[in-house]
Amino acid sequence: MKIIHHDQLQEQLFYERLNNGLHVYILPKKEFNKTYATFTTKYGSVDNYFTPYGKTTMKKVPDGIAHFLEHKLFEKEDGDVFQTFSKQGASANAFTSFTRTAYLFSSTTNVEKNLETLLDFVQEPYFTEQTVEKEKGIIGQEIRMYDDNPDWRLYFGTIESMYHHHPVKIDIAGTVESISHITKDLLYECYETFYHPSNMLLFVTGPIDPSAILEQIRTNQAKKTFRPPTEIERFRYEEPTHVARERHVIEMNVQTPKCFVGVKANNVYTKGKDKLKHECTIGLLLDYLFGKSSLHYERLYQQGLIDETFMVDYTEESDFGFGLVGGDTSQPDQLAIEIQRILLEFDDIDDEQVERMKRKKIGTFLRSLNSLEYVANQFTRYAFDHMSLFDVVETLQSLTSDDLKAVARECFVREQFTVCQVVPKR
Amino acid sequence: MFQEEVKTIGGLRLHVIPTKKYKTNTLVLKMKAPLCERDVTMRALVPYVLQNATERHPSMKALRTYLDELYGATLQVDLAKKGENHIITIRMDIANEKFLGDTSPLLREALTLFSDMLFRPFTEGDGFSVAIVEQEKRALKQKIQSLFDDKMRYAQHRLMEEMYKGSPYALDVHGKLEDVDSIDAKRLYEHYEHMLKHDEIDLYIVGDVMLADVEHDVAERFSLEVRPPRSIATPTIIRRTDVQEVVEKQDVKQGKLHLGYRTNTTYNDPDYDALQVWNGIFGGFAHSKLFINVREKASLAYYAASRIESHQGMMMVMAGIDPSKYERALEIIHAQAEGMRNGQFSDEEIVQTKAVIRNQLLETIDTARGMIEMSYHNVIATNQRPLQQWLEGIEKVTREDIVRVGKKIELDTIYFLTEKEGEKK
Repeated sequence: MKIIHHDQLQEQLFYERLNNGLHVYILPKKEFNKTYATFTTKYGSVDNYFTPYGKTTMKKVPDGIAHFLEHKLFEKEDGDVFQTFSKQGASANAFTSFTRTAYLFSSTTNVEKNLETLLDFVQEPYFTEQTVEKEKGIIGQEIRMYDDNPDWRLYFGTIESMYHHHPVKIDIAGTVESISHITKDLLYECYETFYHPSNMLLFVTGPIDPSAILEQIRTNQAKKTFRPPTEIERFRYEEPTHVARERHVIEMNVQTPKCFVGVKANNVYTKGKDKLKHECTIGLLLDYLFGKSSLHYERLYQQGLIDETFMVDYTEESDFGFGLVGGDTSQPDQLAIEIQRILLEFDDIDDEQVERMKRKKIGTFLRSLNSLEYVANQFTRYAFDHMSLFDVVETLQSLTSDDLKAVARECFVREQFTVCQVVPKR
Repeated sequence: MFQEEVKTIGGLRLHVIPTKKYKTNTLVLKMKAPLCERDVTMRALVPYVLQNATERHPSMKALRTYLDELYGATLQVDLAKKGENHIITIRMDIANEKFLGDTSPLLREALTLFSDMLFRPFTEGDGFSVAIVEQEKRALKQKIQSLFDDKMRYAQHRLMEEMYKGSPYALDVHGKLEDVDSIDAKRLYEHYEHMLKHDEIDLYIVGDVMLADVEHDVAERFSLEVRPPRSIATPTIIRRTDVQEVVEKQDVKQGKLHLGYRTNTTYNDPDYDALQVWNGIFGGFAHSKLFINVREKASLAYYAASRIESHQGMMMVMAGIDPSKYERALEIIHAQAEGMRNGQFSDEEIVQTKAVIRNQLLETIDTARGMIEMSYHNVIATNQRPLQQWLEGIEKVTREDIVRVGKKIELDTIYFLTEKEGEKK
């Protein structure tokens, strides 16, 4: 067991890689009531084209299968795992993102039992044709719910416009049509490929004793047999730098229009400190330009082009990165023009303002550490790309105006912009 | 559990909740007044105007720049109704300098800014700044309109409108669209002064701090006249004998089915604990009857759940279903509710539900917001119900208690937002 100290943050992180390849991290938080644990596989919606375990050729699987698998793992021969967790006083859940599928519970009692349940249910799949068919109705309604949600449509509409080939453009849940092709055999094939312990990470945080918890995990894993780990071969999509579509308008049953400008990043590092720095730099730059203390925000707000829903966000995972700027607006065309102009005309930089934004980002990071959920989920995300959540402060401190200018040159290029709008149906 | 120190300073009630859980300190101000049609829109506008600018930081940019200097302190406003009370919440969260290697006392700076915002807003002549008020009126209108765009929230609001027609609980917390235009900067300022005199005001501080550390700083900055206590807003009683059914058609792909029930039980009732268990078995969780029967067995929905409004005496069921499955879904929901009334639930379900409620309560107090909300329930109900008592109350609930509280639950309104006819699936 290795101990990683973070003195400034007053945190101690315990780590061990088990014989079967599973990465285990434990962060004691003795003041808290609850323990929160996530068991995550590095497998998400973008992993739709790969060589299945035991096969020699690449295979494309139906859109939405990672998410479908997540739903189906909860069902066992003797019933639903939610029932087991709630009998043990825990609340359980799961989510699928572009690059990860996470299973989790939180509980204030029976932590050991719940941890055992978590490890066992994820590592004991039970799929039948009948339960797979039944799930199609449930997920079909989940998809319909998002179809009616203008914010989700705007978000995915923007991403879809940015990418030619990369599967990040595909909705995580897939479509009613694509999930109709999912079978139990396909689920097992994905499971065998991606749910090996060597492709997974367990994070446990709360008022726990790290050595006792680790011992329990070791014992649990030692009881099970796993095949030797193999390298997972994923298809590498060749993605041009420019966006696939410059403009996309979605007509919906809404009263207030919405507009996003999407910025497609190029030169995305796939892992390590460079990636962390790249992500922090673009995040800081977008906040510098559009944050609530910026000149632009004040002006756009006074002009009535934006309201409280205005946001900036930057996502960088695996081999893709994109920024989003926008929100509700009564003048979606005007707002799109203004945002793009601000990005393209960016040139001079105010060092004092950069320092202030760094302070802001550092304070924001501290705040996010108040949440066990945030720590577990984000730590896992960073670890999968060989970065550490606890390096964020240091990375932010190291940023310079030149770093900001460099990413601006690389990202603020017209061919890398897309505009997506949701407007009331005529 | 958590400790809470309370001290009355003039017209302000200061609550300090010391904890070492967090790397930041949280300040929350709550202003409460009866929910009423005449005032709701102005009250909705005031906090948004206040958070724009102060005398000392006279523009949005100046104020926000200062917040950034304070290590990105956050400042947020929101509005809520708890029973027939309209509650304004202003929240600020600021880093604890001990994790920063910075020694300036950030909490004191935050208190100063907070009091500036409340007592020394940016003004022009004898009112708020006209430009700011106009800008916030525009933003408020957009906010009220955007309710229509989020169909789940819209359906919930429409259910309340139908169920509580003509009474305050039907109002949207953001007020009425048609009332926004007539508000001017001067009138709004007068209303703000009225609120400072008459609202019930609570300030919460959560973090690595004790009452003794901040009492003086608060007293120095917050001077509010003593005010007579407000009487408890008792919820309007609906007398409806038949269940009303409202179907609304829009261009949507998923139908939103929302049912409103009168529970005839509120936070201060001895039956309140039993009601929570009832709701938990029925639809509060992923092990509940609605989830199992509507979602898992019938495969009709992705979500199917119930929840209670503690101070209004209302329970709501919501499910997102295919428009063609309206009757089928209703049939299942009714059957589950009927089964509950007849005591068709196992002892195991009782034990399981109590365990989950207990867990939920204990998890709630792991967040600053959760502790504040829990404490604030007692302010609204003018009652003291410490967490320990709450937990014990849940534990003591018997099968008979659950059946008894269930007999008081009456279906009031069924609201269904569905697709327009003739549209293809």
